Amino acid sequence: MSEQHIKLPEGSIEKTTTTLNLGPTHPATHGVMQNILELDGERIVSAEQTVGYIHRAFEKIAERRPLYQITPLTDRLNYCSSPINNMGWHLTCEKLLGVQTPKRVDYLRIIIMELARISDHLICNSIVGVDSGAYTGFLYVMQYRELIYEIYEEICGSRLTTNIGRIGGFERNFNDIAFRKIEKFLDEYPRVLKEFENLFTRNRIFMDRTIGVGSISAERALNYGFTGPNLRAAGVDYDVRVHSPYSSYEDFEFDIPVGTTGDCYDRFLVRNQEMWQSLRLIRDAYQKVQEFKGAEADVYHADVPEYYLPPKQDVYTKMEALIWHFKIIMGEIDMPPGEVYNSVEGANGELGFYFISDGGRTPYRLHFRRPCFIYYQAYEELIKGSMLSDAIIVMSSLNLIAGEMDA
Amino acid sequence: MSRPVSFNIKKKPLVSDISMAEMPEGHQGEGFFATTLDSVIGLARKNSIWPLPFATSCCGIEFMATMGAHYDLARFGSERVGFSPRQCDLLMVMGTIAKKMGPVVKQVYLQMAEPRWVIAVGACASSGGIFDTYSVLQGIDQVIPVDVYVPGCPPRPEAILDGVMNIQKLVGKESLRRRSSPGYKTLLESYGIQ
Amino acid sequence: MLSNEHIKQRLIEKFNDQVYGFEEPYGTLTFEAPREMNLKVLNFLYDEEDLKFRFLTDLCGVHFPGQGEKELAVVYHLHNLEDNVRIRFKVFAPLSKPDIYTATGLFSSANWMERETYDFYGINFIGHPNLRRILNVDEMDYFPLLKHYPLEDQSRVDKDDEMFGRGGSIGFGTAKTDHGTVVEAEKHNAGEEKV
Repeated sequence: MSEQHIKLPEGSIEKTTTTLNLGPTHPATHGVMQNILELDGERIVSAEQTVGYIHRAFEKIAERRPLYQITPLTDRLNYCSSPINNMGWHLTCEKLLGVQTPKRVDYLRIIIMELARISDHLICNSIVGVDSGAYTGFLYVMQYRELIYEIYEEICGSRLTTNIGRIGGFERNFNDIAFRKIEKFLDEYPRVLKEFENLFTRNRIFMDRTIGVGSISAERALNYGFTGPNLRAAGVDYDVRVHSPYSSYEDFEFDIPVGTTGDCYDRFLVRNQEMWQSLRLIRDAYQKVQEFKGAEADVYHADVPEYYLPPKQDVYTKMEALIWHFKIIMGEIDMPPGEVYNSVEGANGELGFYFISDGGRTPYRLHFRRPCFIYYQAYEELIKGSMLSDAIIVMSSLNLIAGEMDA
Repeated sequence: MSRPVSFNIKKKPLVSDISMAEMPEGHQGEGFFATTLDSVIGLARKNSIWPLPFATSCCGIEFMATMGAHYDLARFGSERVGFSPRQCDLLMVMGTIAKKMGPVVKQVYLQMAEPRWVIAVGACASSGGIFDTYSVLQGIDQVIPVDVYVPGCPPRPEAILDGVMNIQKLVGKESLRRRSSPGYKTLLESYGIQ
Repeated sequence: MLSNEHIKQRLIEKFNDQVYGFEEPYGTLTFEAPREMNLKVLNFLYDEEDLKFRFLTDLCGVHFPGQGEKELAVVYHLHNLEDNVRIRFKVFAPLSKPDIYTATGLFSSANWMERETYDFYGINFIGHPNLRRILNVDEMDYFPLLKHYPLEDQSRVDKDDEMFGRGGSIGFGTAKTDHGTVVEAEKHNAGEEKV
């Protein structure tokens, strides 16, 4: 009877599963990604991911821009922790050019990178809370992200997409207000993190929703190219800061938290513990920076005249500074040819930059190794057989940032 | 050398604890107040706009900061952010819209019920921003009509609040007949929306 | 300690002269092989107990216009996590027939990375389970990251290329003049030809 009026697609009458489109705009997708799920009742039978809804062609833009103009692009990769992307890019350029940064610059860089890591893990963990129904944690810790934003503002002027630093160091020295704000953060934040942990870690509802959900074994994780907290939650202690130390991380002592089963609960705990370790690193780096006295305390960049803009007083008075300023701004500096791959430990994993230079002014090819893009492939395997609400929690515990995924 | 950044260093005393909305013009008497229907409905609508945050990228994180306790969008009446287009008044498009996403934005706009307003937050939503590439839509006004543009990359939360306040001005002064007027119809038809 | 010399020796022992182009830019051993051999080399690096390159860090494509047989490249970055050694492996293909065997049988992470390379360069990975566009719109009919396609969308009307320094006399080194790009033209004028 009804078949006469409604034209059903082929094979849909025999279908036993429902197709659900967890579309690009959805309150639970943090960023734009689409999942087409086949559901049998409430159990997920298969899933298909579509990405590319925010593809901005970074790699093609980078072929057109000289080195400094690529830093704002790297900001917008993982925009929750943009200083790490910026520093990673500057470290890659420094590797290509053979620049050695002074220790004080390295320690200041560590402070900023660890603050960015805390900022990213805060969003991820509180959003896991929001997706399992606990909105309070998110609103409470957003207040402390504002403190981190104030520290960035003191140094580079901008809150979110920071464009912080230069090749060889920073654009200005950290002033007293910045140091006071860092101290204030170090005083206030541990208590807040403890409260946040108390709210979630032994909470019966949260544990029931996250233990055993979305687990992955270490072998499968390595095969899928996982890095970062997701891999460490599965049991492999691979951290780029320890394996190939950059920016003087080898001068510091810190632990790498490692999980066992790789499920959502382990990822949550690993990120929390990493925040404690980041606090430890910031405290140690801050102390070490305070130990530089006199002329050493004014060092905030390496001596790279071809890539670091000279101070304005010199530009208006000295000839060489004027010429360097002109050449850098007009983009007339040629890079040495070569190819380099450098990676840093981003908040989501190993963020790599593969840079091929042909001796011109802009990169010949710049490829970003983006951790989110690589581990999102495993999403189907993680949620097969579990329920729809588990799929949401797995998505938020993986910390998928759409900007990094699509680049 | 470097100027320290500091806000609100002069403490401004509070004039009063409660800020009252301005009364529309009308005729007042003992126990009654008469004014035009437009202004009353405008006053009611503008102070309870329910936004639909269409957050795609970095501007979405600044929106999260705006919703947080520090900058608080809720005091402007937007306490309840909805994710269903059928229930929302204001479509806030925040972030880069790629060409792949364009039809999705249009579909969400079509699903909203009149009266509806659109605010384009950020440089990418307004004009494509720094991404002048083959895959990025150069501004969402290529696909849907926009009421307010908020520039910035990303705009500070104060700028987003300023954008919402401008929407409130538009909402408060809108005529009740606007949505069925021929001018509005031609505007929608120029976008291919019937 | 696994040294680059040792890896080079093992590769030459196994594959003789089918691996070539050994270089060590910035400490990373880089070599090439013909594209039919890519799976054999990857499997060798994976299985051997003293090499153990079992983590695929990155897979990307590069376009070298005008190089004939070696126009499109696929670059694999492998990582031995236990001994902390990285290695770079390149295969080349001509633009007319860009067929390369897929590495998804060995590394599941190569799945989307190969789709991205296909989307950007048009390299056809033989044996890939789902080779279709991933980041761009499905209906796109060209491969955008090839060097001869422009960055901007040519159909946009609100941005004036002349004002942005493109297509005009100031091309930031990339606009075309009589002697090639502006960079080359300047070098020609200064007397240093680009070799």
